[in-house]
Amino acid sequence: MSGVSVTKAADDAAPAADDLVVLSNVNKHFGALHVLQDIDLTIARGEVVVVIGPSGSGKSTLCRTINRLETIDSGAIAIDGKPLPQEGKELARLRADVGMVFQSFNLFAHKTVLENVTLGQIKVRKADKAAAEKKGRELLDRVGVGSQADKYPAQLSGGQQQRVAIARALAMDPKVMLFDEPTSALDPEMINEVLEAMQQLARDGMTMVVVTHEMGFARSAANRVVFMADGKIVEQATPDQFFSNPRSDRAKDFLSKILHH
Amino acid sequence: MNVLLDHLPEFRDGFIGTVLLTAASALLAMVLGLVMAGFRVSPVPPLRFFGTAWVTLFRNTPLTLLFLVAWFVVPAVFGTGMSPWTKALLALGFYTSAFVCEAVRSGVSTVPLGQAEAARSLGMTFFQTLRLIVLPQATRTVVPPLSSIFIALTKNSAIAGAFSVTELFGVQKLLSDKGFAIAPIFLWVALAYLVITFTISGLFRLLERRLEVAR
Ligand SMILES: Nc1ncnc2c1ncn2[C@@H]1O[C@H](COP(=O)(O)OP(=O)(O)O)[C@@H](O)[C@H]1O
Ligand SMILES: [Mg+2]
Repeated sequence: MSGVSVTKAADDAAPAADDLVVLSNVNKHFGALHVLQDIDLTIARGEVVVVIGPSGSGKSTLCRTINRLETIDSGAIAIDGKPLPQEGKELARLRADVGMVFQSFNLFAHKTVLENVTLGQIKVRKADKAAAEKKGRELLDRVGVGSQADKYPAQLSGGQQQRVAIARALAMDPKVMLFDEPTSALDPEMINEVLEAMQQLARDGMTMVVVTHEMGFARSAANRVVFMADGKIVEQATPDQFFSNPRSDRAKDFLSKILHH
Repeated sequence: MNVLLDHLPEFRDGFIGTVLLTAASALLAMVLGLVMAGFRVSPVPPLRFFGTAWVTLFRNTPLTLLFLVAWFVVPAVFGTGMSPWTKALLALGFYTSAFVCEAVRSGVSTVPLGQAEAARSLGMTFFQTLRLIVLPQATRTVVPPLSSIFIALTKNSAIAGAFSVTELFGVQKLLSDKGFAIAPIFLWVALAYLVITFTISGLFRLLERRLEVAR
């Protein structure tokens, strides 16, 4: 585990009462595999939720249904009160409001770092180029990669690429940010620089859903931990409760494995 | 005396005819091929079906049969206003578009899926994703097969000569009908085709080198 030790800001106070992301009774199959089983999950504005669980439990799939990279078989997902529309212009507009950070970064390989953070603003938000570049550079500075603006992604380290990916998502002014194991593909010495950028984001009040096994991050930045196993949400608790006193056997078993490896 | 020098205007017209017909058909095939490739990878099932049907139809039909259809079926259905040149353009363009489509599609499949997912996550539409993210990265794998496809198109355009469109191959028929020795005519016609196909492969090699430099 990494040693991020930033204390929680004043976000221990109950989050504002309005719900930003609501999943109700969501089910999804991959063929015979029932990957998401009756998922109910509500994420309030400004809340940081960490999703944890064994590999194959459906965490990535859950994350990807929220911006409809995966469709669902039944149930409903609403973002800021609006149900997810069908594939098309309207869905594209909604996706622009949901930032996504992937395990494998997925920066546009044929575009410079600066182009990566301006493309969405220009093509989706219809911002003019100068304004987009100004904002792009500010965001790159904010995540500490401002000096890399004119390089191509392949010339950056993994940690730098992931921070660019965070800046790229932020450039769209998203209402919520989804992170799918953002540090799992990184060398250990690069994990902290990415987690710190995420900590900062959490302190600034961004609503975040983070699939991660970084307990340091969960303890210091999360309002809630959601534990998944076999396509179900088994347990939800505050980080302190969850890590020191898990209720379910599945969670106890899982924690003993990741703590004593 | 010399067939070439004595009939320079005929050869010239034939040469220009082939170049123009090839260039126009290549353009049409490129546009249609890109659109059909877009259809074939689109999330909309009817479009995918249409793209697949298009490729299956035009890739598996002999070109000569397409010419016959253009000459005898198309006028019966759409009226007789079309010039032979236009009909040849349609037959060649439609036929070649099926091959362009498949080259583009296989290029698209070499681009990691994460690239398109990242683009869609930013709110880009399907077509923006294709045009701005996927196709530019597919170019490097699409260009080499396109070179062969357009060389084949050049040679296929000879069929138009048999349908009385002025082009290189037709010159051969014209002159041999007039009683000139056939061997030298063939030689000159073949050389003229070589000039065109060499130009195409040269241009493509240049393009490939460009793409390599431009990372
Ligand atoms: N596109 C897919 N097609 C078929 N099965 C899939 C697909 N994506 C994921 N799965 C399966 O669904 C299950 C859950 O996957 P995932 O959501 O990636 O789990 P996690 O992120 O928790 O490791 C796994 O068993 C995985 O093999
Ligand atoms: Mg996963």
